[in-house]
Amino acid sequence: MTTTEKPDYKVIGTRPIRPDGVEKVTGKALYGADIHLPDLVQGAVLRSPHAHARILSIDTSAAEAMPGVLAVVTHSDLPVVADKVLDMGEGASTASDMSKNVLAADKALYRGHAVAGVAATNVHDALTAIEAIKVEYEVLPPVLNVQDAMRDDAPLLDASRHTRTPTGEESENASNVAAHNRFEGGDVEAAFADADIVVEREFDTKMVHQGYIEPHNGTANWNSDGTLTVWTSTQGAFAVRGALAELLQLPVSRIRVIPMEIGGGFGGKIGVYLEPVAALLSRKCGRPVQLTMDRTDVFQATGPTSGGHMRGKIAVKDGKITAAEVSLAFEAGAFPGSPVMAGAMCMLSPYEVENFKVDAYDVVVNKPKVAAYRAPGAPNASFCVEQLIDELARETGADPLQFRLSNSAREGTRMITGVAHPRIGQEETVQAAQASDHYQSPIEGPNRGRGVAGGFWFNAGMQSSVVASVNPDGTVNLIEGSTDIGGTRAALAMQLAETLGIEYDSVRPTVVDTDSVGHNDVTGGSRTAYASGQAVYEAGLDIQQQMVARAAQLWECEAEDVEYADGGLRHTSDSEKTMTFAELAGKQMETGGPLQGRGSVVARSPGAAFGVHVVDVEVDPDTGKVDILRYTIAQDVGTAVHPAYVEGQMQGGVVQGIGWALNEEYYYGEDGRMENASFLDYRMPTSLDLPMIDTIIVEVPNPGHPFGVRGVGEVPIVPPLAAIANAVHDATGHRFTELPISPRRVVEELHNLQ
Amino acid sequence: MKEIDYLAPSSLGEAYAALQNGKTSAFLAGGTDIIVQLREGRKEVDQLIDVKHIPELVSYAWTDDGGLVIGASVPFAEIYEDDEIVRRLPCVIDCATLVGGIQIQSRACFGGNIGNSGPAADTVPALIALGATLTLGSADGARDLPLEDFFTGPGQNVLGPGELIITVNIPPQPANSGSFFHRFIPRNEMDIAVVNVGARIDLDAGGERIEGARISVGAVAPVPLFVAAAGDALVGETPTEDSFARAADIAAEAATPITDMRGSIAQRVHLTRVLTYRALDRALERAREA
Ligand SMILES: Cc1cc2nc3c(=O)[nH]c(=O)nc-3n(C[C@H](O)[C@H](O)[C@H](O)COP(=O)(O)OP(=O)(O)OC[C@H]3O[C@@H](n4cnc5c(N)ncnc54)[C@H](O)[C@@H]3O)c2cc1C
Repeated sequence: MTTTEKPDYKVIGTRPIRPDGVEKVTGKALYGADIHLPDLVQGAVLRSPHAHARILSIDTSAAEAMPGVLAVVTHSDLPVVADKVLDMGEGASTASDMSKNVLAADKALYRGHAVAGVAATNVHDALTAIEAIKVEYEVLPPVLNVQDAMRDDAPLLDASRHTRTPTGEESENASNVAAHNRFEGGDVEAAFADADIVVEREFDTKMVHQGYIEPHNGTANWNSDGTLTVWTSTQGAFAVRGALAELLQLPVSRIRVIPMEIGGGFGGKIGVYLEPVAALLSRKCGRPVQLTMDRTDVFQATGPTSGGHMRGKIAVKDGKITAAEVSLAFEAGAFPGSPVMAGAMCMLSPYEVENFKVDAYDVVVNKPKVAAYRAPGAPNASFCVEQLIDELARETGADPLQFRLSNSAREGTRMITGVAHPRIGQEETVQAAQASDHYQSPIEGPNRGRGVAGGFWFNAGMQSSVVASVNPDGTVNLIEGSTDIGGTRAALAMQLAETLGIEYDSVRPTVVDTDSVGHNDVTGGSRTAYASGQAVYEAGLDIQQQMVARAAQLWECEAEDVEYADGGLRHTSDSEKTMTFAELAGKQMETGGPLQGRGSVVARSPGAAFGVHVVDVEVDPDTGKVDILRYTIAQDVGTAVHPAYVEGQMQGGVVQGIGWALNEEYYYGEDGRMENASFLDYRMPTSLDLPMIDTIIVEVPNPGHPFGVRGVGEVPIVPPLAAIANAVHDATGHRFTELPISPRRVVEELHNLQ
Repeated sequence: MKEIDYLAPSSLGEAYAALQNGKTSAFLAGGTDIIVQLREGRKEVDQLIDVKHIPELVSYAWTDDGGLVIGASVPFAEIYEDDEIVRRLPCVIDCATLVGGIQIQSRACFGGNIGNSGPAADTVPALIALGATLTLGSADGARDLPLEDFFTGPGQNVLGPGELIITVNIPPQPANSGSFFHRFIPRNEMDIAVVNVGARIDLDAGGERIEGARISVGAVAPVPLFVAAAGDALVGETPTEDSFARAADIAAEAATPITDMRGSIAQRVHLTRVLTYRALDRALERAREA
């Protein structure tokens, strides 16, 4: 569904094969652990068996003396770093927290926290050696959820941490609450007093992991000239370079990060875990060192996203939402930095809400430090708000989509941050869902129900730069620095081809290392097709301009008399004088030498994304199993550059959302051990658990992008949690306010079991 | 992971000798349990004895009276690809097709599932419902015992240090009998049973009255349970919602599960009742088709 007259694109909107496709499906693509170097040695990491413990001493002497062992490192090998904030692109952390997360300092703050690293001639020796490291722990009681962590008498993860209050002051007492922020507008009290209907409920969600297939890895070579080369699977080579520079106190110019192909990230491959340890080990032993994680390490020691506790209260008068009061407390894991603020700012953004009070608490607990995960914070917060909205729609007797439409935000509506929406596609997206075949078909049969929910995500802009070199045969090499997770090589090549009016196959994109292209922020925040796309567009314009000048030189006319159009050049008044792109590309030597276009942007108008989901479920009331019968997602994507990849992003977000809604959770024992740290018991959906997910692409072009592109990758994970909860409520009459809505929870709640 | 010896005896005699060489051993049948456990450091042994080259363990045959003797190492795929077994013992197929996916089924076997002795092993309630026995062998000779008497705790069984499972023996089934096995898992694939149940119902010649019933429940106790009382309660009854519900209640009362990441006590007791009832219902259908 396109809402405006779309320009007559030639490449955009087609579905070509991705440039990295053949290498990947034939197993030839090189992922992080595929790098092999002369003299490469393997390492292993010793991890804390305790969720919370003071480290009294570490004795590495026995390990160092073992055969095959080349180096052992602990936190004391890391330089002391300041509390400087490191913005990683999606999620920030201070350098000192990151340093303590990479290798535990005085305390182990979660089970799996890295305590020491070993390099040895082979991995077996390294694994044997870590067992020989003697660590003396004073075991402390762990804090495993926000409610416990916020109690006055809670054990403190860091006795020197105080709460940063909404007014920017520090709390008097030390606390596990790192920050409390508040958004307030209008007169909430009055609106609640005046309302027709008010609903209020509490909600709980669990920590969940992105579940990318490729485990983390890092290979480092500390050269004798003091330069450091790192190979890793990451969403942002420049983010890794920046973090390493801070953690190791090296100038960025001495570090080269080579991004390998990446087997999934979803936000979880932005921070550094193994890379600094591999670098320290390499410095000590003088050989390149490789570290890899297994799945248990990935679950226990890399960033999942927060679970948390939420309380929401929403009022309606005359069918309009008049007030919302929501309190969110999210687990940050061992160090501050949960996505609670993002959740707070997203959850009400699809709607017009004049009176609001929103509190957001960032709470540390003895679990791994969270990382970004697809629209970080928004799915949890929407699980709360979109269920309350469902309840309000029911109570007012309104159709749940019509209710959302009547309350929809549009251009000019202010979000709780005070920022007004530019042109957005919220209303169009709700309407597309309303008009869908799915929503128009009745849902019939016992124990079946339908749910809907909406979602919002800002999308990010940030910095991108590319270089495009014209080859003599009329093809173009596109050099970019955005690692390709979701098909961005193709999406960027398409935008360059469109800009230049040449064939998609004429553009050959390559992702290069940090020494070989200008700065690029992470592939995250749904920014790459949008922001790097804008850089690509500028590089294309640069080539166009240079080609115009060169054509003018050849035709001995003024540049103003030459026009770049339809993939070639023509004289504006002499129709005899035309040249194709390839013809001029073949005359580079005689027109001034190699032709390169450059594009560098700080993209500032990402264009927010909205999604509306419709889901049908069937619940077996006796076993508690929820089957997803049918799923339809409508989403405003601005302009679908490569519709198949856009659909893939939409479906992928839904799949992860279904897992989060129905089965996924970090399941902890009282001792703070994650008991299900494997793909067997951390239950992501398999293909047999999913229906075909129907997609409706809505295109309300982003006025802030030359082709109208909006980010698409994140918002599709926002609505599923609430949409499924709403559908299960429709099927059973019971409202599930705690995730996951697993068979266990369903039978326990429906049958009042304890 | 330390170094491990690998032995591949080609006869029972060689296997018994290997078991007496003073080293700690595990058997390697399909390896789908043991290799995982060794790699994760959950088990340590000096040697792996491959039991896929011993003729008695890799073949199966019908007995003259209609029973089926299955070598301990016969992979599940070989069993469920046999049309006659599919026709005559559908309950065996219920469990054989359910363990893992096609790769696992092409390697894994009854001997491994039973030898691993997990409380949630999927073939065990099915085989107990069918009245299966095991033939165990050692240098001292062979002995038979009912499958339900084999297990002594999670991962533990009655096997002596020099002993192995040679065959699983399924006795001939009564004329008007039907059996069914199923499990509950949170997803549609890739899980360990939260509860699994096997049930057999033997009807009288008229198909009116229940002459015998066997009910077995897994994942609700340290060992797979044979709940004789639940089956006995059905003897002489007509197969009705009420009689099935009573048997299901008795099965649920026998359950003493734990709470862990796979399920809670309350959920497992509840599911024992639900799954037993449903298994009886399906077993009855098969008995009537028989
Ligand atoms: C991906 C995956 C999915 C799985 N799904 C299921 C499932 O759905 N349901 C289920 O129940 N299990 C499942 N399993 C577990 C496993 O596949 C089964 O238990 C299987 O039957 C084991 O058989 P095996 O031949 O591979 O045994 P092995 O791993 O070779 O051996 C297992 C144990 O049995 C012992 N053993 C083997 N043969 C003998 C013998 N002749 N005498 C005495 N002891 C012996 C061994 O010493 C060892 O301790 C799964 C495993 C994997 C990896």
